[in-house]
Amino acid sequence: MTSLWHYAFVQHALAAGVMAAILAGCVGPIVTIRNMAFAVHGLAEVGFTGAAGAVMLGASPMIGVLTATFAAAAAIGILGVRLRERDVAIGSVLAFGIGLGVLFLSLTKRYAAEAFSILFGSILAVSQEDLLRVAFVGTIALAALAVIYRPLRFASVDPEVAEARGVPVRLLSSVFLLLLALAVSEAVQVVGVLLILTLLVVPSAAAQRLTPQPRLVVVYSVGVALVSTVGGLAGAIYTSLPVGFFVSAFSFAAYLLARVIGPRLMGGTRTAAHAEHPVAPIPGK
Amino acid sequence: MSDTPAITLDQASLRFDHGPLWDGLSLAVPQGEFLAVLGPNGSGKTSLLRVLLGLQRLNAGRARVLGHLPHRGNQAIGYVPQQRAFDPDLPLRGRDLVRFGLDGNRWGFMRNARGAERDVEEMLALLDARAFADSPVGRLSGGEQQRLRVAQALIGRPQLLLCDEPLLSLDLNYQQTIVQLFSEWNRRRGVTVIFVTHDVNPLLTAIDRVLLLAGGPWAVGGVDDVLTSETLTHLYRRPVEVERIKGRVVVLGAELGGHEPLHMHGGTV
Repeated sequence: MTSLWHYAFVQHALAAGVMAAILAGCVGPIVTIRNMAFAVHGLAEVGFTGAAGAVMLGASPMIGVLTATFAAAAAIGILGVRLRERDVAIGSVLAFGIGLGVLFLSLTKRYAAEAFSILFGSILAVSQEDLLRVAFVGTIALAALAVIYRPLRFASVDPEVAEARGVPVRLLSSVFLLLLALAVSEAVQVVGVLLILTLLVVPSAAAQRLTPQPRLVVVYSVGVALVSTVGGLAGAIYTSLPVGFFVSAFSFAAYLLARVIGPRLMGGTRTAAHAEHPVAPIPGK
Repeated sequence: MSDTPAITLDQASLRFDHGPLWDGLSLAVPQGEFLAVLGPNGSGKTSLLRVLLGLQRLNAGRARVLGHLPHRGNQAIGYVPQQRAFDPDLPLRGRDLVRFGLDGNRWGFMRNARGAERDVEEMLALLDARAFADSPVGRLSGGEQQRLRVAQALIGRPQLLLCDEPLLSLDLNYQQTIVQLFSEWNRRRGVTVIFVTHDVNPLLTAIDRVLLLAGGPWAVGGVDDVLTSETLTHLYRRPVEVERIKGRVVVLGAELGGHEPLHMHGGTV
C-alpha cells in the first residue's frame, strides 16, 4: 500500500497540495478578519467560468481558473467596490458567471468529466507542468504576502488608525484581493470550486478559536490546512474515495476540535461573557 | 523648531452636503499647548482631527501641522481614535493593538523585535494595562480598550497628540489617571495635545485653551473667556447660562459635546 507514494502522480499531488495548503493557511486569517468568505467563494466560482471557458477553447482548465480569478480580483480592485455593496455586487455578477460556465461546458464534449474535476478538484491529475506553475505562483504570492503582512493586518483590523499612520489601506485591499485570487486558484486544484472554503476559511476559523496571538493563528491555520490536505490525499489514495471529501472532513474535524478545546486554551484570557463592560456595537451616547 | 506652531489653521472651512461644519477657522496652537475641543454633535470635532491627520481635505483655507501640510503617516502625531467595537473573536491581543502604534505601518519582517516588545511592555505598564494585555481586544471593556488606545498613541513618542474622546467609558478614577498622564507628557515633554471631549471638567487643571465649535461659528480662548454665558449665548444664538459650581463648569441650555454615532467595524473593499 505504502508504495503508492512512489508514483509520480501521487508525488505531484502531494507537492502541489502542500504548496496550496501553505498559501491558503497564510491567507485564511486575513480572509476571516476581513469577513471575506463570500468573496472567496465568489472568486472560486469565477474560476469555474474561467476553467469552463479554457476547456471550451482546448486549454488547460487550471490556467483558465488562474486567469479568471486574477482578472476578477483586478476588476473588483479597480472598480473599488465598497464593503457594503460588495456581497450583493459579487452575488449578481457570479450568478451570471456560473451561467456562462454552464454554457461553455455544454459546448465541449467531455462535459461531465471536466465539470466534475473543476467543481470537486483534480489534485491526483496534476501534471509536472501544473506543479511548476503551482510552485511559481505560490512562491510569488507567499513572498508578496510576507512583505505586506503587518500593514495588511493593521489595515484589516484598524483601518482608520492605519490610514492615519500612513498605511495605504485601499491599495492593500486591492493587492490582497489579487493574492487571494492566486490562493484560490491554487486551492481549486486541490479541493475544487465548491469546497474552496474548506482550505481558505475553515483552517483559520479553527486557528482563531485556539489562540488570540496573531502569529500563532497563522501557524495553526497553516497546520490545519496542511494536515487536512495531506491527510485528504492519503485517505483518497487508500480508499479511492474523493480527495475533497477527506480534506473537508479533516478540516471540519479540526474546527470542531478547536471549538471544544479552544475555550480551555483561552482560559487564561477572558470570554465574551466575562468582560465587565463589553463595548456595544453602536453606543448611543 | 519649537517656534513653529504645532498647528495653524488659516481661514479653514469644512462643509458637508448638509451645511458647514465650521467656517473661516483661524487658529495657531503653539507647541506645548493643551487645547480642548468642545462642540455639540456633528459640529466637526472629529473632522478637525481628520484634517490634521491628512484624512480629510479642507473646502477652503489652509492647515499646517508642525510647519507642513497635513499628510498621512505623519510619525510626529499620536492619534487616539473615537472608540469603536471590535469583534470578540478577533485574533488580536491588547499588546498587538499597542504594537501597531510602533511598527504597524512598516513593510516586511521585523528587525528589532525585542526592542519593540520592550517598548510595548513599558507602555502597558504606564497605562496599568498589563493584566489584560494578552486577552483578545474584542473581549475587553470599553475603558480597557481606551487605555490600550492611549498606549498605542504614545508608543511612537509623538510631538503632537490628537485625541478623540479618550475619556469615554473610563471610570472617574482612570479619567483622572489618563488626564494626569496627558498633562505630564504635555508639561514635561512639551507634547502638544488636542483633546476632543464632551466634558471639560476632568481637564480643567490640564488645559491651556478651549476651542468651541458651534456648527459654523466658533470661539477660542481660555476656559474663563470662552465658557461664559455671553459667549455661548452669542455662539448658539439662544440663551445659555454658564455656572461655576465648586469649580466645575456647568452649562445650562446648550449641549457642549457628545460625539457622532460610532462607525461599524469593517474595512474598505
